[in-house]
Amino acid sequence: MFAALARRLAGMLIVMFIVATMVFFLTRLAPGDPAALMLGEQASLADVAELRKTYGLDQPVIVQYALWLKELLRGNLGQSIFLQRPVIVAIAERAEPTFFLALLSILVATAIGVPAGIASAVWRGRASDQAVSGGAMLAASIPSFWLGLIFIQFFAVRLGWFPVAGYGPPGASFAERLYHLMLPASVLGIVNSALITRFTRASMLDVLNEDYVRTARAKGLSEARVILRHGLGNALVPIITVVGLTAALLVGGAIVTETVFGLPGIGNLVVSAVLRRDYPVIQGALIVIAGIYVLINFSIDVMYTLVDPRVKY
Amino acid sequence: MMETSVQERPLLDIRGLEVTFRTEGGDVVPVRGVDLRVEAGKTTALVGESGSGKSVTSLAIMGLLPRPYGRVSKGVAEFRRRSGAVVDLASAGQGVVRALRGNEIAMIFQEPMTSLNPVMTVGEQIAEQVRLHMALAPQAAMRHAVEMLSLVEIPDAARRAGDYPHQMSGGMRQRVMIALAMSCNPRLLIADEPTTALDVTIQAQILDLIERLRKEHSMGVLFITHNLAVVAEIADTVTVMYAGEVVEKANVRDIFHNSRHPYTAALVDCLPERARRDSNGRRIVAAIPGSVTSAAEATGCRFAPRCQRAVEACEAGSPELLVAGTGHEVRCFRWSEA
Repeated sequence: MFAALARRLAGMLIVMFIVATMVFFLTRLAPGDPAALMLGEQASLADVAELRKTYGLDQPVIVQYALWLKELLRGNLGQSIFLQRPVIVAIAERAEPTFFLALLSILVATAIGVPAGIASAVWRGRASDQAVSGGAMLAASIPSFWLGLIFIQFFAVRLGWFPVAGYGPPGASFAERLYHLMLPASVLGIVNSALITRFTRASMLDVLNEDYVRTARAKGLSEARVILRHGLGNALVPIITVVGLTAALLVGGAIVTETVFGLPGIGNLVVSAVLRRDYPVIQGALIVIAGIYVLINFSIDVMYTLVDPRVKY
Repeated sequence: MMETSVQERPLLDIRGLEVTFRTEGGDVVPVRGVDLRVEAGKTTALVGESGSGKSVTSLAIMGLLPRPYGRVSKGVAEFRRRSGAVVDLASAGQGVVRALRGNEIAMIFQEPMTSLNPVMTVGEQIAEQVRLHMALAPQAAMRHAVEMLSLVEIPDAARRAGDYPHQMSGGMRQRVMIALAMSCNPRLLIADEPTTALDVTIQAQILDLIERLRKEHSMGVLFITHNLAVVAEIADTVTVMYAGEVVEKANVRDIFHNSRHPYTAALVDCLPERARRDSNGRRIVAAIPGSVTSAAEATGCRFAPRCQRAVEACEAGSPELLVAGTGHEVRCFRWSEA
């Protein structure tokens, strides 16, 4: 068990190293110079060179890479070129809306997708199945920015139930901040529920034909218990996989949705960093997102062992 | 007078059972005109080839026909409850039959490898049923589950109750299935090919176990099999099915020594111990030529296309079940010539 865990951890570190390397060099591949961008078109070449020196951008790329990697190992993501503060602080400031948006969205998506998928499998071929399948197709086809605008127009502007945009004024309470996430989380939840619905339906259809489901019925159990305990209990592995991967995608920043709802999240941070060639911020944010990906994947694997005793490490 | 008539009734009395499946190509009738009896404390063997309707019949009794496509379209299946009350399983509501399932009527399936839930411990799978039907608290139900595992001779039952099915062999899993079936002390046990998927040595153990439990609990057993060697060992009475119909019913002795239906006779001839020797002294096991007629295309006797004794009349009309002796019925125009 410990040996397997150690192997697993080593694997995760290797993945992170590869991600770090790729992030560094891919960032450098894009044309553009942060120093020139920062000083504007009127700046003299000497000024630009001076600024490049300050941020170490005049060194050979391989040296920059070595220095960055060394700092990374010490947990230092570097200093933002434009934001005048450490990258880690810039990310931390933006983490909360992104994290809670992802969490709420995945809750909404699961709360819609899993029951809809079960109902659709249980009543396969009937009207309710077709309604669910059609709804899932529709949800998957709707662009989130469009649904976002419609929701803002209807629920925020017309009905006035929710704030139109933003994350509350400075000093807003936690409840107030969460309240600002309700509309964007509903939008992301609905859009992402489609995949979960389809996976749940397919997985349940497989399982409901199994001999042990017939055994469960032969025991005289109620149909609800047959479907939920014996059916869903065995259908969970693919469902956990798709819920986990969706969660990982959402943590990476729902850039479009954050923009539509004016949320100061990671997605916004990355976009503005890319536009300004703020290398340390781009690199740092991508490293953190990749790290969360790896951690979510790891927890998916751990959850397999919890729901299926046949899975062992 | 009411009392005695109830007492004389068999445990399970099926008359004229017909099952219809709705398919896209129209209705299919996989089982029709099935008459079948199981007496308390006795074993009735239901015999036939694959596709003869044995399993559909058993699922109809259990109320487990695949919904919404399958249904009992004719006939009655009267079951005598512990209380003495008689309930028609064919017409009773889902709730009534569900309350009997796993409780007064239990079933063992052919595939022990896939018939247990892989994500629940075997003890929990038994305890779940016990909690439901015997209204026991969780801990008492688990103790009862362990007792049932001991009853089916699983060594170290208390520890094995915590095992998952994949940690057990096929024979052990079938014992678990039997323990599950026996856990609420059923009056009727339906065993659908319970030994087919098992090694021969394990088969004998499982048969012995079912026999022992039948005697100890004076339980009626409906034993579904295609294996006549097994039938000879355990059955009191035998019902033979062919292409969805009962073709012969008799006690076990008459089936083997005085069978009246050519299909039954042919089946008995296929037993390895009946094999003839060819001129080189090698044993030749007999086979029935042809394959089962699909229920849809039959007009006359369904066995006629494969029957050595078929005459024109056999193709023209379908025979009814005719009385051929005490407790002996046969669906053949020419039974008396056998």
